[in-house]
Amino acid sequence: MTTAEQLLAANVLQATRAARFATRKRINQMALVLSFAAMAFGVFWLVWILWETLRQGIGGLVIATFTEMTPPPNEAGGIANAIFGSLVMVAMATFVGTPIGIMAGIYLAEYNAKGWLSSVTRFVNDILLSAPSIVIGLFVYAVVVAYFKSFSGLAGALALALIVIPVVIRTTENMLQLVPPGLREAAYALGAPKWKVIISITLRAARAGVVTGVLLAVARIAGETAPLLFTALNNQFWTADITQPMASLPVTIFKFAMSPYENWQKLAWAGVFLITAAVLALNILARVLTRTKL
Amino acid sequence: MSSIPFEGAPPTEPHTVSSIFPTNATATAVPRDPALDRASNNAPRNKPRSGPMADRVFGWLAMGAALLTLAMLIGILLSLFVGAWPAISKYGLGFLTSTTWDPVRDEYGGLVMIYGTLATSFIALVIAVPVSFGIALFLTELSPSWLKRPLGTAIELLAAVPSIVYGMWGLLVFGPILSAYVQQPLQKAFDGIPYLSALVSGPPVGIGILSAGIILAIMIIPFIASVMRDVFEVTPALLKESAYGLGSTTWEVVSKVVLPYTKAGVVGGIMLGLGRALGETMAVTFVIGNANQLKSLSVFEAANSITSALANEFAEAGAGLHQAALMYLGLVLFFITFVVLTLSKLLLQRMKKSEGTKS
Repeated sequence: MTTAEQLLAANVLQATRAARFATRKRINQMALVLSFAAMAFGVFWLVWILWETLRQGIGGLVIATFTEMTPPPNEAGGIANAIFGSLVMVAMATFVGTPIGIMAGIYLAEYNAKGWLSSVTRFVNDILLSAPSIVIGLFVYAVVVAYFKSFSGLAGALALALIVIPVVIRTTENMLQLVPPGLREAAYALGAPKWKVIISITLRAARAGVVTGVLLAVARIAGETAPLLFTALNNQFWTADITQPMASLPVTIFKFAMSPYENWQKLAWAGVFLITAAVLALNILARVLTRTKL
Repeated sequence: MSSIPFEGAPPTEPHTVSSIFPTNATATAVPRDPALDRASNNAPRNKPRSGPMADRVFGWLAMGAALLTLAMLIGILLSLFVGAWPAISKYGLGFLTSTTWDPVRDEYGGLVMIYGTLATSFIALVIAVPVSFGIALFLTELSPSWLKRPLGTAIELLAAVPSIVYGMWGLLVFGPILSAYVQQPLQKAFDGIPYLSALVSGPPVGIGILSAGIILAIMIIPFIASVMRDVFEVTPALLKESAYGLGSTTWEVVSKVVLPYTKAGVVGGIMLGLGRALGETMAVTFVIGNANQLKSLSVFEAANSITSALANEFAEAGAGLHQAALMYLGLVLFFITFVVLTLSKLLLQRMKKSEGTKS
């Protein structure tokens, strides 16, 4: 091969390399642009949904919305009974579910963390965390509603409590694991019994995280509709009797939004605005809590 | 994780303290002072004020709470099975392939709903997986660090928005837009073409399988994206930097190094999203149209899913075969999601394990 031929071959080689490099670069650029588009796509929906909720819901925020009962079609009214029902059931569910969740979380983190019972519980808990919430409603229906032969606020609260438990277990366990072992050991060295160490040292150190878990659980159940549909059912009137069917904000929104009546739809938008604002506020609060402590 | 080494509560695991500071002096080689030894022997044993009893009760309570979680799962399965028994014994597995759903004649088959659930979830995955991948890629490789946190938070907030909000927005805002800008142009374009025109037929209101699928996609994007982001972040920097050092582009690093390394985790995340999509109730119920038909496979024709059938019919269904059939559907749904979520969990666990060994 002469020198000229060699040079020519080198030139060709270089040209193909450059071409290949250009292609690779182009593919890369395309992928990055698509990735950027995907990000924009995700944020776009969030902004659109929030904007629409705000735009349509803000008009419904008048005093009557908070003081009057759910009206018949085409009459003025509010959603006071639904807001009250939601508050009652969410509060009850939180009070029932939180201690159970925290105790189970303590078991997973502080008592035999590697035992078979813990592994099984952790596994089942993760399944329950993402299990369809409507199935929980079916379960409570079969156990409570069918037994008492009546839909009730109590059954609704129980269904929500069953959703709270896995969320609280998960966060409690994770947060307890973040507590440095030295803290526990120092307490043991002072002669504190295990339960005291857990309650006044470990749990206290993980307080912010545990509270976050509870807040997230409340945020989750505040908007939960499916498990209430056939446990608490709905109620057009104000009731504080938890053995009676009870209105809740999500179920009322469902009923009103699906209806063709304009005033109902308007109230539904107001309800959606309230729920979204509450849920997002709880989520942001939870985030702020974990960022500043732990 | 540790237990106190005192009477009445034998340590179940070696105590962490004792491994660092041996509790009994004999284990150390330090010569012992006999006087000190005597003093410690004679010292009165201080009984903790709230003795081992309180400790044991607390342990039982904690264990009871953990057992309650297991009982919940078993209870759900059992109650669904018992409730569904009349339908199971009458139809057997033929229930899954029959399309009749007629409460008037008391004849039930679940294929319409099962098809609706699977079809909407499939559409959701087709849209959500590439988008989630793009988001995870953006958040891990491209985003400037000051933007990572707010964008990550925004995506996670998308997951926090209650499903009823998606549903209502889908029905009243998104449906009409989908109908005007997608459905009607498609119907015009495919007019007269066999199969294709049947696929997009239906009244121009923007409800049906497609809108349900799209809304499900928006709902599960945050779940898949955040799992993908988390697993992408555990890819050892060493591997990525080696690839960059060899002259790879960002895309090549992600597709040839990060993705193969995190394969199990990525599939696990997708499965998690699928589990969510299958069991999602309200968002689907709003937009799917609730019609028990399978004659038209059009993506714009009202259909039904397991969850929407339950949400719409269960409260009104009288005790009897109708309720049992709905319970049967619930059981099928729970079974499918259980399998999908278990797979997801196993894959993510494998990911975690390999993370421990390889990095």
